[in-house]
Amino acid sequence: MSAVASPAPAGTVESAPAPAPNKVEVENLNVWFGKNNAVKNATLAVKPNTVLAVIGPSGCGKSTFLRALNRMHDLVPTARVTGKVLVDGQDLYTREVDPVLLRRRVGMVFQRPNPFPTMSVEENVAAGLVLNGIRGDHHELVERSLRKAALWDEVKDRLNHAATSLSGGQQQRLSIARALAIEPEVLLMDEPASALDPIATAKIEELIHELKEHYTIIIVTHSMQQAARVSDQTAFFYMGELVEMGPTEQIFTNPKERRTEDYVTGKFG
Amino acid sequence: MRTFALRKLTNLAMTGLCAVALVGAFIPLTSVLYLVISKGASGLSWDFFTALPKPVGEAGGGIGNALVGTLYMVGLACLIGLPLGVGAGVFLAERGDGPLGNTVRFMAEVLSGVPSIVIGIVAYAMVVIPMHHFSALAGSVALAIMMIPGLARASEELIRVVPGSLREASLALGVTNWRTSFFVILRTATAGVVTACLLAVARAAGETAPLLFTALNNQYWNFSPVQPTASLTVAIFNYAISPYEDWHAKAWTAALVLLMLVGLLNVASRALTRNRLKGAR
Repeated sequence: MSAVASPAPAGTVESAPAPAPNKVEVENLNVWFGKNNAVKNATLAVKPNTVLAVIGPSGCGKSTFLRALNRMHDLVPTARVTGKVLVDGQDLYTREVDPVLLRRRVGMVFQRPNPFPTMSVEENVAAGLVLNGIRGDHHELVERSLRKAALWDEVKDRLNHAATSLSGGQQQRLSIARALAIEPEVLLMDEPASALDPIATAKIEELIHELKEHYTIIIVTHSMQQAARVSDQTAFFYMGELVEMGPTEQIFTNPKERRTEDYVTGKFG
Repeated sequence: MRTFALRKLTNLAMTGLCAVALVGAFIPLTSVLYLVISKGASGLSWDFFTALPKPVGEAGGGIGNALVGTLYMVGLACLIGLPLGVGAGVFLAERGDGPLGNTVRFMAEVLSGVPSIVIGIVAYAMVVIPMHHFSALAGSVALAIMMIPGLARASEELIRVVPGSLREASLALGVTNWRTSFFVILRTATAGVVTACLLAVARAAGETAPLLFTALNNQYWNFSPVQPTASLTVAIFNYAISPYEDWHAKAWTAALVLLMLVGLLNVASRALTRNRLKGAR
């Protein structure tokens, strides 16, 4: 599914075709909760098969930004989103886009592992298909997804055990496997390692490196070290504003903005 | 030191009060069980479960038709009441924050406070009068109306405590809203909802008033939904108000059978809702 070289769908490209197509483009994105402008005018682009890390202090709008990318704010009655989010050149916030179908292209992994407690390990991985009414033998897909999530060897002998019997780190990799099973193109990760111990965190980070070959990944993290370790690009949010975005190395060694420098050097946040 | 001693004393006194309250709560429960078992157990026999009632003065006979009638009518009431009750609960929990939800919730609360005899009259007017005779169906409708409001509110509460993170997980997999509601949220709440259903069923099985002038009674076997049907509760009522000593004994035994039925439902609910997965907590 990762069609790196394929151009954006015909008819959706505005003006001249871009030289190197971006997988995800965000233009003047604003998210409002009632009167609170949680994300202010964010504009950025992500190339295919790269990792973008979104950093910033608590409450800076980084999770809100991430959730706008697969329309999870649709669930919040008071939330309002303006601006554009384009995946492969197609705007997600137009009337024609069904958020349900969109979420199969843009998968998401949450802060806390959230396997379905009534399902076994195997059922959890296949949940995206089974819950959508696609029955049949998903064993091969389950194995492939678990291998991609680096969990197969640990759970292959207890696929029919309760998902909640796994450790926290395993549950989070299970959540990743579940997200991968629906074969998304973009993977959103909302502080995927913040509830995990250092060893489990290392496994997740290693995994991100491997997943990058097939997916475009946007990861929100409050750990600057993690951002530095896993990402190609880094975006710094502060008070709802996208302060600066650039190659990760530059953001951490030679930021252009004063606020970025203060944050990455630990003066606040 | 004095405050410490005082605190210890207060603690002891409060613990003692709790223990007294516990014993107080146990007295009615144990006395009901004791009375029903001591007076009813002697009448238990295979015949009592399987035979038709016999006229006064004749030895033997049972309440087989009433037992079957109760199971039959409660079963029929479940077919009507459980989907409506649980469905309404899902609606209230998932979409019930608007004016419509508030109205439904208010109605359910009012309905659950309506005395069962009134619901009997309603079923009489709705089913018995148009059909021109008493029937099992009329009894089931009355029992279903009894079940729905409590079940709806109980299901709503149980569904509301399912963590929101599971809903997010499901929606993020591209699962539609209604499938998420039924196959993730309701499924996660299954253990509680099944228990709520069985409690509603047990309560319905123990109702007399809604059946008195809907299903009426029947001295014979009946499996037709449009004929009058015997039930355990009405049988107990009729036996208990009769002037005959041997019918009083039958009332006690029938009461014991009813208790056993309700107890069985409770045990079944526990067995059914045990998590089938290995290593589940």
